[in-house]
Amino acid sequence: MEKKLAKYGYMFITPFFLVFLVFNLYPIFYTLYLSFTFYKGIGDPAWIGWENYSRVLTDKFFWEAMVNTVRIWGVNIVLQLGLAFLLVMTFSDLKYKIKGLKAFRIIFYLPNLIAATSVALIFVKLLNRDYGVINTILFDLNLITESIPWLDRTFLAQLSVSNIQTWMWFGNSFILFMAAVQAVNKETIESAIIDGANRFQIMSYIKLPLIKPILIYVMITGLIGGLQLFDIPLLITNGFGAPDNSLNTVILYLFNHAFFYRNYGYAASLAFVLFVVIVIISILFLLVVNRSSIKEYLIKRKIQKEGLSNG
Amino acid sequence: MVKKKRTMLPRERAKQIAVYTMLYTLLALLIAVCLVPFVMVMMNATRTGVAIQRVGLSLTPGNNFMNNWEVLKDFVDIRSGFKNSIFVSTSITVLSGYFSALTAYGFYIYKFKANKYLFAIIIVFMMVPAQLAFLGYYRWMVTLRLVDTHAALIIPAIASVGTVFFLRQYASGTINKEVIESARIDGAREIYIFHRIGIPLMMPGIATMSIFAFIGSWNNYLGARVILSSPDKFTLPLQMAFLKGTKVWFENQGPLYMGLFISIFPIVIIFIIFSKYLVDSIAAGAVKG
Repeated sequence: MEKKLAKYGYMFITPFFLVFLVFNLYPIFYTLYLSFTFYKGIGDPAWIGWENYSRVLTDKFFWEAMVNTVRIWGVNIVLQLGLAFLLVMTFSDLKYKIKGLKAFRIIFYLPNLIAATSVALIFVKLLNRDYGVINTILFDLNLITESIPWLDRTFLAQLSVSNIQTWMWFGNSFILFMAAVQAVNKETIESAIIDGANRFQIMSYIKLPLIKPILIYVMITGLIGGLQLFDIPLLITNGFGAPDNSLNTVILYLFNHAFFYRNYGYAASLAFVLFVVIVIISILFLLVVNRSSIKEYLIKRKIQKEGLSNG
Repeated sequence: MVKKKRTMLPRERAKQIAVYTMLYTLLALLIAVCLVPFVMVMMNATRTGVAIQRVGLSLTPGNNFMNNWEVLKDFVDIRSGFKNSIFVSTSITVLSGYFSALTAYGFYIYKFKANKYLFAIIIVFMMVPAQLAFLGYYRWMVTLRLVDTHAALIIPAIASVGTVFFLRQYASGTINKEVIESARIDGAREIYIFHRIGIPLMMPGIATMSIFAFIGSWNNYLGARVILSSPDKFTLPLQMAFLKGTKVWFENQGPLYMGLFISIFPIVIIFIIFSKYLVDSIAAGAVKG
């Protein structure tokens, strides 16, 4: 009976694994293979060993794109998490009770529903220097006397993209953090208030540790998504990351190498370098946030070992 | 004489009012920031290009709705774009929902030797961003002669790694193995049990993941851009990107906003209809994870 049932187990998962092998796993290894070749899309890929990778290491434009991407992501994640935290503090306050959390959650999530392509097109119109809505409003409020080149100066353009990303994603983070905080026992917080803790102490000593797992999740998924930023810079710019390459992100650079210059082999090596960078940053990040528990673990092991050798 | 409620000092009361006013003002501002692009798209879809050129953001609609629609059709075949988007997204949603449930159920219900190892593979590949391999995927589709077909976008949905992982966890909370066992004793076939008992029990989880799959594929640009090249196969995001290079981008912007309106609002409506459900399930991820 058991054996017969095991057969069904394999039967049920077979379609998944067939498609997984052909459409998921194979392309990954095929990309890895291409990264060791010279390939223009015609004829067979020519094996050239590590040549592409050594070229990546000295590719000024690639590392420039990497710095741009990390910078845009960094500013975005700080703003996004900061805003989400402020909102969590507001909505979970015990003294000042804000009504309508459910409606707020829906409205804050709406920006996340629009395709990044549409977001890019809308914001190009909103942020246009000469007739954009934002500059018009700022003029009308007498806040500026000279139009702001939101997308035409390198630093401002990067900042604008960070803000657009924040606009798209803060609602998502807020919903996740809020749910984690709401799962906290209210009495814990109330007794902390009685003991004289203020809002920021409650946030940093009670709420923050409780949302740490979900915070890590948001940071890592945000990192993976953020370092693959593509649609928005592609459509905001001329397709190559102007002004002055400041919006040239890694995937945009990779995309242009692959589909504009048809350097498939080189583009494939860029993908794997980006992958390695993502893995390294994730590991470093996990080590940093978990440093206290890692320390504890190491100390415990040391004590155990010493205990064993003494005993 | 025990007072039930502590009466507030006037100063305290004034402070409270001030804080509330400040908080609600800031929240109202944030809501405005969230909604401005939606309002702009909706209103401008009804306005003339000249009016938009003069005042970019208006809170009152114009009367150019039908005209914008007619002009838009001269630039892109928006009907076919809509149809393609619906076809691709629905197929992806159905395939990923059904096959992820089947796979998750298989992993949860049956004991077999490779169970643990195969599931470990799924967990590992959840962390590998499959997007990075789009280049190899494109060349591979060229080899398989699937390039420029909707199939190349749809078939991978059968192997939705994240959905399988989610539903496997979900199944362990909602499917009672004894119920399955008793159906078996009654002589029901395995696949019948899956359809009649497994799917209904997993349905809330399947529905949640399906709606996110629909939104994700509806908005997918990079994948579609890499695979599709004939305009008659374009999905809405590709058509929107195409509009950027045409006259409606610079001169007559009404039709552009009409296009954006058509590509944005189906998703917004679906989300609002299921919002209570969806927001709760995003939130549930936070509490469990």
